Amino acid sequence: MKQVFRAVETMSARGFLMTGVEIRQAVLEILERIAPDEDLSGLDDAVAFREQMELDSMDFLDIVMELRKGYRVQIPEEDYHNLNTMQSTVEYLTPKMKDVPVAG
Amino acid sequence: MSRYSAQPSAADLLWKTETLALDDRIVITGIGLASPNGNNLAEFRQSLLAGKSGVVDYETRYMPPVLAGVCNFDELRYQKRKEVRRGTRAGSIAVYCSNEAVVDSGLNWDSVAKDRVGVYLGITEHGNVETENEIYEISQFGYDTKVWSHHHNPRTVANNPAGEVTLSLGVTGPHLTIGAACAAGNAGFIQAVQMLRLGECDLAIAGGVSESIHTFGIFASFQSQGALATHEDPTKACRPFDAQRNGIVVAEGGGICTVERLTDALARGATIYGEIIGHAMNSDASDFVLPNSTRQAECVRLALSRAGISAGDVDLVSSHATATEQGDIEEAKALKAVFEGTQAAINNTKSFIGHAMGAAGALELLGNLPSFDDGIAHATINLENPDSRCVLPNLVANEPRNMGEVNCILNNSFGMLGINSVVIVKKYEF
Repeated sequence: MKQVFRAVETMSARGFLMTGVEIRQAVLEILERIAPDEDLSGLDDAVAFREQMELDSMDFLDIVMELRKGYRVQIPEEDYHNLNTMQSTVEYLTPKMKDVPVAG
Repeated sequence: MSRYSAQPSAADLLWKTETLALDDRIVITGIGLASPNGNNLAEFRQSLLAGKSGVVDYETRYMPPVLAGVCNFDELRYQKRKEVRRGTRAGSIAVYCSNEAVVDSGLNWDSVAKDRVGVYLGITEHGNVETENEIYEISQFGYDTKVWSHHHNPRTVANNPAGEVTLSLGVTGPHLTIGAACAAGNAGFIQAVQMLRLGECDLAIAGGVSESIHTFGIFASFQSQGALATHEDPTKACRPFDAQRNGIVVAEGGGICTVERLTDALARGATIYGEIIGHAMNSDASDFVLPNSTRQAECVRLALSRAGISAGDVDLVSSHATATEQGDIEEAKALKAVFEGTQAAINNTKSFIGHAMGAAGALELLGNLPSFDDGIAHATINLENPDSRCVLPNLVANEPRNMGEVNCILNNSFGMLGINSVVIVKKYEF
C-alpha cells in the first residue's frame, strides 16, 4: 500500500497525476478565461468566488463546462454548491480529478 | 393618383411639401462605423478617396484560404474582455459602432431618456457563426452534445446584435434586428425613420452589421454557386461592372447612426450629416437569388416619389453592385431605366471593401455622406475593362470625381429572395 502511495506521489511530483495544488491551478486558469478582466492574484480560497469577483449563473456554468471539456469531469447539478469557494472546489474535485494526467 | 404611385405628379409633390411637418423630418446626427479600410468615418472616407482597399487573404475552416474584408477596430474600447467573450462578433461590431455614433452625435448620454431610444439594426443573417463554432467544438469531443455551450442561445437569437447594444448603452426602449439579406443596412435606417414618425422612440440607433466572414458557410455557399471572387491580388478581387469580375468578396463590418427628428436635432444644435428624405422597399417575387431590374427600378422610383423629387435631382447614386455577373447587369439596367439622361454620378463601395452583407447598405451610404461637404464622389475601383453589358455613362471609374456640389445621394441595397431597399439622403440646409 505504501508503495502504491509512493508511486502516485512520485508520478504526481513528476507531473503525471493531479494533486490539490494542480487542481487549484487548473481551476484558477479556468477562472482567468471566464473572467479575463479580474485580478485573481489575491483570491482567498476560503471566501466564496462570487464575493470576490463578478460571476453570474452563466459564468458558473462556464466553470462546469470547462471542467467537463478540459478534464472530462461530470458535475451533477445537485453538486454545484460544492463549487462555492476555491477550497471547497478543490476538495470536491480532488477525488474526481486525482487520476487525471497532467498535461506536459 | 395614389401617394405611392411610381410617377409623382405635381399635386403629389405639393402634397408632400405642404404636409410633411417638421416633426416628420428625420436627420442623421452621429456616425459610428467599422469597415475593412477604416474604423471611423474620417478614416473610411480617406481610404475611399485614396483608392485604398480593405480586402486581404483570409483563413476559414474546412476550405482553402479565401479573400475577405476584415475589420481591425478596437473591440475593447467599449467592451470588457468578458463581454467580448460572452457575446458575438456581430454584437461587438454593433456595440463599437453604436458607441462611436453616440459619441459623434454630441448627445449628453447620461441625460438621454433611455426608454425613448430604439435600436434598429439590419442583418443579413445571424447565428451561423456560433452554430458552426459549436458544431466544430463538439466534433472535438466525439459529437458529445454535453459540451454544447449554454451561451449558444443568447448568442444566436436573431436580436443579438441590437440586444448587445442595449446592454452596452443601457437602452430600455425597443430593439430589433431587421433580417433583410443584403438590403439590410438601408432597412435599419428605414425602420428608424418609421419608428420616429410613429412616435415609438425619440432617438434611434440604426444601421446594419455583419459578422459573416467568421463562418465558412457563406464562403463555401458562394463558391458552390460559382459566385466567390478570386484574384492573385486581394485588393483587385472585387470588380463591380468589370468584364473580368468573378464574384463576391465577403466582408464584415458595421455602419450605425444616431437618427433623430429634425426638431430635436435643431433644438440641441446637433451636427446634421443629412436628411433622410425618401425610402422604399419592395420584393422581386421572381427568384431566390437572381435579381430583377424591373423591381429594382420600381423601388428606386418609389423612393424618389416619396422624397418628392425626380431622378434629375439626384447627384450621386451609390450602387449595390456585388461583382456577380447577373447582379451587375440587372442593376445597370435598373439604373439606366431611371437615371439615363440625368447627370447623376454612380459609384460603388464594394470594390474597396467587398460585400459587408448586413452592413453593406449602411457603410455604402455613410462613406458617401462627406460628399455633401467636399463635393467629391469617390470612385468605383478595379474597373479596368467595363463589361459592355453593364456600361453606365456616369460611373465614377477608378479616380474620385470632383462634382463641385453634391446635394442628394440615393443608396441602393438589394438582397437574396428578391428584397430591394433604397434610401435617399439630402444635404441639410437651414
